[in-house]
Amino acid sequence: MSKQRVTRRQFLNYTLTGVGGFMAAGMLMPMVRFAVDPVLKHNAAGDYVVTKQKIDEITNEPVRVDFSFEQKDAWYTSEVTNTAWVYKDENGEIVALSPVCKHLGCTVDWNTDATHPEHFFCPCHNGLYTKDGVNVPGTPPAAPLDVYPYKDVDGYLALGKAEPRKGA
Amino acid sequence: MLNKIYDWVDERLDITPLWRDIADHEVPEHVNPAHHFSAFVYCFGGLTFFVTVIQILSGMFLTMYYVPDIKNAWESIYYLQNEVAFGQIVRGMHHWGASLVIVMMFLHTLRVFFQGAYKKPRELNWIVGVLIFFVMLALGLTGYLLPWDMKALFATKVTITIIESVPFIGEYLKILIAGHSDIIGAQTITRFFAIHVFFLPAALFALMAAHFLMIRKQGISGPL
Repeated sequence: MSKQRVTRRQFLNYTLTGVGGFMAAGMLMPMVRFAVDPVLKHNAAGDYVVTKQKIDEITNEPVRVDFSFEQKDAWYTSEVTNTAWVYKDENGEIVALSPVCKHLGCTVDWNTDATHPEHFFCPCHNGLYTKDGVNVPGTPPAAPLDVYPYKDVDGYLALGKAEPRKGA
Repeated sequence: MLNKIYDWVDERLDITPLWRDIADHEVPEHVNPAHHFSAFVYCFGGLTFFVTVIQILSGMFLTMYYVPDIKNAWESIYYLQNEVAFGQIVRGMHHWGASLVIVMMFLHTLRVFFQGAYKKPRELNWIVGVLIFFVMLALGLTGYLLPWDMKALFATKVTITIIESVPFIGEYLKILIAGHSDIIGAQTITRFFAIHVFFLPAALFALMAAHFLMIRKQGISGPL
């Protein structure tokens, strides 16, 4: 036993604070867990969505491919349309780029800036990307455009969830 | 650490008298259950306040998911009850707490009534207490519609019909509360939601502040 005696006042202070804290925690814990639930929910990996783009019709010129899928947003389910810029690179590999600008999330367009033809251009802050989606140094974006993983489904292009490009 | 922060603030702002004035006062013997067990009846007011705090907190958290809209209200509650962690608990707290507030408030009222604690000079506090009672009932009523299920809808139809039976102004009162002359729908639920989470709580806070200020000013009524 320690030499320091616990006074009656201290004892009451500790027990009351302890019991009170326990009760407050019991009350607040469910509410806080309830509030942070979206942070702790893990997103299931997106399924591949089949687009109307035939794979053998993809050329070297980027084309805009819109594809729709059913999006479940908590209690609200709706049809959402996403866009991809699709072309074949010099090796014949299909490239499907996300149009979401890596600066602040606006939508880029192909070949719309007259001073920079053959570039992806973001009108919000003049962000530029080369055809392979790499951001042009000196413009706002700090990373290349995300890339959709793709699959061939009966000759049609199917796209997954766009992912940041590794190592580019 | 905490003590040091407190001292730092106190040195500059002298906050000790502030909270002492609110929190640091002796409990009279006749109110202390340690002396007379029957003094537990004095707890009902505090318990009402405690449950009210739970109602406010759980209600604040529920609005993170709830949508006051005829299409999404029920869906959002179904979602928060079944898909969100502790959703059943948090809504359960609000659901059961709503009844508990009424029960505690009623017991508190009985105590004040049978002890004659409402008599001079505390008549004003009784009046404010009755107003709080009405605000609480209105909170219960407006909250009842928000889940937008069959029980909520028909309970509100009954309420609106009762209100309509008020002589002369009944029709106008009905439209004022339902937001439409013969539909209980989109405008009713948004109205009830606004009243439930903004107007009535604001009134409640003001009335509770007055209630507590008067207790501190006048002290608890003496022993029987």
